[in-house]
Amino acid sequence: MKPIQQMEPLSPTAFERLRNNNIIQAWLVLILTLCFGSSLAGIQMTLGPKIEENKLNETLEKIPELILGAEGAQKLTESGEKLDVIPRSFVVDKPGKKAVYNVYEAFDKDKKRLGWVVKTGGQGYADRIELLLGVDPEVKTVSGIFVLEQKETPGLGNKITFEEWRGQFKGKNTETPMGVVKGGKAGAGDINAITGATISSRAVTDIVNMAVADLKGPLTANAEGGK
Amino acid sequence: MADQPTAAERFIQGILPENPVYRQLLGLCPTLAVTNGLKAAITMSAAVLFVLFCANVIVSLIRNLLKPHLRIVIFTLTIATFVTFADRFLAAYVYQMSKVLGPYIPLIIVNCLIICRCEVCASKQGVVTAGADAIGQSLGFCLALCSIAAVRELLGTGMLFDIRVLPVVWPDWVIMVLPPGAFLTFGLLLGLVNWYSDRRAAAAGGK
Repeated sequence: MKPIQQMEPLSPTAFERLRNNNIIQAWLVLILTLCFGSSLAGIQMTLGPKIEENKLNETLEKIPELILGAEGAQKLTESGEKLDVIPRSFVVDKPGKKAVYNVYEAFDKDKKRLGWVVKTGGQGYADRIELLLGVDPEVKTVSGIFVLEQKETPGLGNKITFEEWRGQFKGKNTETPMGVVKGGKAGAGDINAITGATISSRAVTDIVNMAVADLKGPLTANAEGGK
Repeated sequence: MADQPTAAERFIQGILPENPVYRQLLGLCPTLAVTNGLKAAITMSAAVLFVLFCANVIVSLIRNLLKPHLRIVIFTLTIATFVTFADRFLAAYVYQMSKVLGPYIPLIIVNCLIICRCEVCASKQGVVTAGADAIGQSLGFCLALCSIAAVRELLGTGMLFDIRVLPVVWPDWVIMVLPPGAFLTFGLLLGLVNWYSDRRAAAAGGK
């Protein structure tokens, strides 16, 4: 037996059937979706480039500091000069996969290469950590690191963003991978772990070691070839 | 409609008598998550104000067209749209702040405070009342967030608005900026508010 409407025993007219149609009932939802959808598209088109620019600017702003150190960057700003930065990308073949690195090459005003800034990242304690790693032109020493993005534990792991901790990487030799030592007894080639955040400390150090190991070859080759 | 509160009553009620956090216990996810600093708390409140105001006004304008079984869909749709606006806007103009707040701006979509105001006020009353309600509730929300954030930031880092207030000898109670600190502070402040309003009620009854 066909289900019939309780209120109207007579078969519904075409108009009523139309009125009870699910799609017709949802006309307001559909119209709102269209309006909202198009306004969202508009917002994205207006603000999207600005957001991308913000992300890029954050990287570019940090490059002088990572290459020259905080004092050098300060001097550079005071003298009103700017580094020439050329974005490049390197593909490194690794077992099973290919790693793509965005690398920024920095030159001073006399076209002398000052160093490289590598954008890299990896798994931290809570979520992915995104880093900028500065190295000298021959990839012999680390000139600095900066944490772009992290969601480590506030108060503990998020100390990886503090200058006093990440400053340790400055001047470290890249000959051998850096280790992480607890209790503040790190040797010349090691990094002191943050108390209560050994995993975060190790994660950052591993990311740096990995990037150095991957890129040392390609970057040095490029530096020699470029001369 | 005679028994519905007027615009002014809605506005006043939102701030303290029906404070969304301390009285209605709504929107607790951002209350606990983004109150480790005053700046974050204020940005969050501003985003909530924008979303709640726009959602309330739109819902109030279309309230006579709403079908009971489709109203929640429409609320969510409206809220989601304005939350995305707020999120994009923050990422474009206050990029650092949007990084601090992370996923909590998109999560305003599921903040029950906003859907509650759409349901209770905006879908039944006029645009002016709905707007006043949104502003009152958001101010109440802001007040609650700032009170928790002030306590947590001060005790946890010795700073207010990222400026050192307490002397350097203050041992920063790291736990206050960690999640447990949020629960502790919120619980104690909620208890304080309840104790105070009980006392007021008792004093008023005694007269």
